[in-house]
Amino acid sequence: MNQALSPEVEIENYTLNFGPQHPAAHGVLRLVLEMDGEVIDRVDPHIGLLHRGTEKLIEYKTYLQAIPYFDRLDYVSPMNQEQTFAIAVERLLGIDPPPRAKYIRMLFGELTRILNHIMNIASYAMDVGAMTPFLWTFEEREKIMGFYDEVCGARMHANYIRPGGVSMDMPAGLKDRIADWADKYPKMIDDLEGLLTENRIFKQRTVDIGVVSAEQAIAWGFTGPNLRASGLAWDLRKSQPYDGYEQIEFDVPIGKHGDCYDRYLVRVVEMRESVRIIKQCLEKMPSGPVRVNDRKVMSPPRGEMKTSMEALIHHFKLYTEGFKVPPGEVYAATEAPKGEFAVYLVSDGTNKPYRCRIRAPGFLHLAAMDDMLRGHMLADVPAVLGSIDIVFGEVDR
Amino acid sequence: MNQTASTGEGLQQTCAHIKARLADDLVSADIVRGELSIKVKRAAIVKALTTLRDDAGCQFSQLVDLCGVDYPERAERFEIVYHLLAMNTNQRIRVKVDVGEDMPVASVTDVFHAANWLEREVWDMYGVYFSGHPDLRRILTDYGFDGHPQRKDFPLTGYVEMRYDEDQKRVIYEPVKLVQDFRSFDFLSPWEGIQKLLPGDEKAAAAPAPPKQGGA
Repeated sequence: MNQALSPEVEIENYTLNFGPQHPAAHGVLRLVLEMDGEVIDRVDPHIGLLHRGTEKLIEYKTYLQAIPYFDRLDYVSPMNQEQTFAIAVERLLGIDPPPRAKYIRMLFGELTRILNHIMNIASYAMDVGAMTPFLWTFEEREKIMGFYDEVCGARMHANYIRPGGVSMDMPAGLKDRIADWADKYPKMIDDLEGLLTENRIFKQRTVDIGVVSAEQAIAWGFTGPNLRASGLAWDLRKSQPYDGYEQIEFDVPIGKHGDCYDRYLVRVVEMRESVRIIKQCLEKMPSGPVRVNDRKVMSPPRGEMKTSMEALIHHFKLYTEGFKVPPGEVYAATEAPKGEFAVYLVSDGTNKPYRCRIRAPGFLHLAAMDDMLRGHMLADVPAVLGSIDIVFGEVDR
Repeated sequence: MNQTASTGEGLQQTCAHIKARLADDLVSADIVRGELSIKVKRAAIVKALTTLRDDAGCQFSQLVDLCGVDYPERAERFEIVYHLLAMNTNQRIRVKVDVGEDMPVASVTDVFHAANWLEREVWDMYGVYFSGHPDLRRILTDYGFDGHPQRKDFPLTGYVEMRYDEDQKRVIYEPVKLVQDFRSFDFLSPWEGIQKLLPGDEKAAAAPAPPKQGGA
């Protein structure tokens, strides 16, 4: 610029407040953006507006009472988190749930993954300007939440997966209904892709936006679809299988560029793989008990309690005092829809966890916002935020 | 569990390798329930994590988690726990450091970028100071919050509660008023009922261990 010709204009950086009440903030995120014109200089996410002290509360609750808190962390993928906690407690107790319970957990883990991914893709599409997917996918979400309802009586906050199995067996006929839904669901993914994948506006908003290289993804602690979109084929269901994923055949999709568009594509393919896993689970699911046959951990069946005094005592003790967990520590990680969700559990041998650290994938994804957004335009904020799949229940805990 | 089976032997090797590499900085290293867990000296944490990240026999390239644990009865009451993951070898390691209330522990943000927010959270929740951290502010608690809520001596109910005051037209903070006493039950009574030993019996025969003291 030739300063002699044009009058001197001073442009000052100014600070812009994004949220905490903003429809594209996916909950209660407050971003303090330092702007240079329309270019972002620095991002300072202020989180904690949904902090409920889950980790502290769990220290005051028995192991069984702690499970409902896990539904309320990432409230669009409740069962995966219950599963993680159940696995952690099982490892400390040294028990192994029966095979049928494992298949039910996998089945609902994958249903939940779809539940999460369609929520993310739809709201993401809405953030960048497409309304229709939101309406379509919520119909599918309603169906999956119907399955939740049938199996545990609640549409969202399931409290279904317990240390040692699941709370009860699936009702008769549910298997067929899920199979029927799984046949029809890929059509819905096709429709969704028809609207978005080659959509010019959608691509303009997402391609080459928020690019994360593989090295950066590792350094920033990325996990799950966000890591895979950067080209790393790392999936805990494959590399460190839990609950019988080693018996299931599925592929791990990866992206090439690590941009917002690839993160979207990875999620779409993951949904198709989830349908594959669901079908295999339904096919291979054995019959048998769904709760471990250990009266010191899981309560006896209702019928037995009518006749056996001992069963009644066990039931009473389990639902007042709860079971005691041997002292020790364990780190149980699972592949939740958003990434590596893990529970670091320290037990001191009593009926309550001494420390229950919850490792939420979204926390570290959000921590990278500053690095991802520097030099981007203001309009890219919702695009990047939507693509890393943030839910504040788990970020703030 | 499967993880243990597939990498159990490799984990032994890694454990031996780390023992040799970290030598004097290491306090303890063992494998429990298929999980490798080491404790290092506080002064050596940055060095130890750098070694674990860069050494060819370790390759723990990702910091997965960093958290604090409070043991008020210990002389150095806090334990900072780092969880690392090596994708190449499919192994995990847990690194622990003891730290007291008024001691700083060196920040590892230069080694692992992801430690930034995680250390901020530990500072917020436990009040452990990380020296060399670029931006050590509170993260999860309210603006102007006082205290470190996840310490064991911090009450579950907290000290203040907030509400919107109609007269002042703003949110105000007040001391916590509980409409019902905080209920905490003692469930440490023995599951199997009274043991054969009655309280006081242990004085007669010195050898057997006394029974666990139950609550009222």
